[in-house]
Amino acid sequence: MILQTVLLVAAALFSVGLYGALSQQVVVMVMMGLELMLNGLILAAAGFWWFLSPDPSGQVLLLVIIAAMTVEMAMGFAVATALHRVRRADMTDMAADLSR
Amino acid sequence: MITHVAFWILAIGAALTGAAVFIVNSMARASYALAVSFICVGLQVLLLQQNYVGVVTILMMVMEMAVMAVYMVMFMGMNPALMPMSMVHDKRHALAVSIGVFLLLAAGALLTPWPARRGTPPADVTAALGEELMEPKMLVMAAVGVVMAATIVAGVVLAAHRTRYDRFGDDLRRRPARDPQPGGVGR
Repeated sequence: MILQTVLLVAAALFSVGLYGALSQQVVVMVMMGLELMLNGLILAAAGFWWFLSPDPSGQVLLLVIIAAMTVEMAMGFAVATALHRVRRADMTDMAADLSR
Repeated sequence: MITHVAFWILAIGAALTGAAVFIVNSMARASYALAVSFICVGLQVLLLQQNYVGVVTILMMVMEMAVMAVYMVMFMGMNPALMPMSMVHDKRHALAVSIGVFLLLAAGALLTPWPARRGTPPADVTAALGEELMEPKMLVMAAVGVVMAATIVAGVVLAAHRTRYDRFGDDLRRRPARDPQPGGVGR
């Protein structure tokens, strides 16, 4: 276990998540892709902390990433609920108003 | 040696279950695959001696995926455990972009001359994190707290079926309120 291997695994997780975020049509599945990207980010940040600078302040960054994940998930569910209630829509293609 | 073996098993598990999220043909299975991926990463974070962050990641993500499974049963209008589905668009471009990003990140990870480790980890990593949050990094904790509170309010406002505008009108002056069930104090 060295920094490079940790970063490789993190890169794999990030890339798989990116594929999901770009390709999935269902809003919830897009959120899963975003979560997987943040999952990779957590691992990379933990690896940087341990292998480069194991200072306590580095762990604070990890907590901020986890908080960002929580906020993303909560707001994603709320927006998806509102979307479903107003339009009966659960696909990204049915909520593309801002792309026009 | 055991740490290395455990790391690789968890790494392969995290990557495979992460990929399984977009391969399995039901969303319930996808959410549980994602939960397993998060557990693997949480255990890897534990291997990197960050006990608090690792445990928080595992606990939070298992609960979050349980909520996600319930959410899908509520809104997807089908039995998500049984109904096969493949709902993707522009799969080829998404695959090309994600492979390109992986190659770029992997090249960066392998080719960058990473500096040597500076300093040593504190004896009690969790206690050191607590002291850090309650002393020099208090501002971060305070900001995260406010953001969380704002998220709760915004989430409730977005997800609420009826708000005060439905009850009292756009100018909030309609009396009595338009409620599906009349009654209550002052109505």
